[in-house]
Amino acid sequence: MSGTQASNASNRILLPVRQSFIVFTLFAAVLANLIPFGRFPGIPDWVALTLVFWCIHQPLRIGMGTAFILGIVMDVADASVLGQHSLAYVVLAFAGAAFSRRILWFPLSQQALHILPMLLVTQLVMVAARMTGGAEFPGVLWFLSSFTATALWHPLTHILLLPQFQPEDKDVHRPI
Amino acid sequence: MSVAGHAPPPFFRRGLAPVARLIFFLSLALALLITDLRFRTLEWVRLGVATAAWPLQRAAYLPIDAGGDVSSFFSRMSTLVAENEQLRLQQLNTANLLLRQRHLEDENRRLRVLLEMRERHPVEGRIAEILYAARDPFARRVIIDKGSQHGIEAGQAVVDEIGVIGQVVRVFPLTAEVSLLTDKEQAIPIQVQRNGLRAVLEGAGAGTMELRFLATNAEVEVGDVLITSGLDGVYLPGLPVAKVIEIDRSNSYSFSRIRCTPLAGVERRGLVLVLGSRTNLPERPEESVTEVKNKRSNSSAKIKAERRQR
Repeated sequence: MSGTQASNASNRILLPVRQSFIVFTLFAAVLANLIPFGRFPGIPDWVALTLVFWCIHQPLRIGMGTAFILGIVMDVADASVLGQHSLAYVVLAFAGAAFSRRILWFPLSQQALHILPMLLVTQLVMVAARMTGGAEFPGVLWFLSSFTATALWHPLTHILLLPQFQPEDKDVHRPI
Repeated sequence: MSVAGHAPPPFFRRGLAPVARLIFFLSLALALLITDLRFRTLEWVRLGVATAAWPLQRAAYLPIDAGGDVSSFFSRMSTLVAENEQLRLQQLNTANLLLRQRHLEDENRRLRVLLEMRERHPVEGRIAEILYAARDPFARRVIIDKGSQHGIEAGQAVVDEIGVIGQVVRVFPLTAEVSLLTDKEQAIPIQVQRNGLRAVLEGAGAGTMELRFLATNAEVEVGDVLITSGLDGVYLPGLPVAKVIEIDRSNSYSFSRIRCTPLAGVERRGLVLVLGSRTNLPERPEESVTEVKNKRSNSSAKIKAERRQR
């Protein structure tokens, strides 16, 4: 994070990402989402967070199609109406891809500030979809999960980019 | 698109434009939503995905399970002894009723034969454990550890030791979803225990229920116990359901607002009893064409249809 210009501090040269690693992280996110916390407030939506991360960092690999499929899986896992998560995740993936060029120029804390409204909109889409169907309002505390997810953006970026930070062969003269 | 009207050469194939893709997926998701909300024809998709994801779901449940084991391991001996003592007392208290129940059932059957009434079949129950509350924050549902492999069917009533807690709404091979009484889409036909007044109790979310469409002068008092009336053919008659906690008889509305709270531990965890379907019901009267179309086996749907007729 050092450097005279803060704006491109996050643009460190990275190794290309492995598709299998993306799949693995999304799978792990689904697994984390399946842990039954019930109505405990503030548990982040891991799938949404991981999805928007890859949509921002790899917009050519992960997009709305993946978001749609993950949405179906989450709909079934959450016992909610089919299409609720798909709708919200597709909007999230679109926003992530659309803003990816802009967001990556910012340092991590300011990136998180871009993520927050995206996640909130995702939740609002779900509320709108369900409340038109006659469901009850889940309460304001439910939106807390977006804020926890935003707080996790910084550590999550480091974890998910970790394989790309590692040089393939340990050569002290390599620039990366 | 260039000015001359030619598309640029396809160096990098990127498929459809993002907005077009967004519209495609949005309409797909909306179509799914509407199909699932209005027609409920997508249960097979849900069943397939849920069955495939069952091992995953179990794996995710492991940490919670382990936490429960650890906490129960450390639960004190003294609390166990006290609980044991209390249960024994409770058993003694109910023994009187239990011992006489057989006798009463026999007597009831003989009397019913004498009166040439339809016999009431004993209903079997199946003990299940509530695994966890469904993650969906928009509904009040729990998952139990028995499914179609154990003979659970959608529509069965679920009770605990005090009263009704809900109804099975969706069955998977090894688990089932129970919609709690406090869910907004759940309705249950009841009668007031004190005077036999019949009504429909609907979930209002947030742990409460509402007795709807009762006139302002209806004879309901705070503290009244509501029991199932059994008119729907799903719930057995006479199961305790709820207690009236607040009545708002405002003259500006034609109906009074009656708020109730469930008697049973509806939003609690533990063991529950899934009652078998009621058999030997009298045949339903012929329904009008519109209602034959409405094939939802959910009891709430039936009740809503009845209300429409009135």
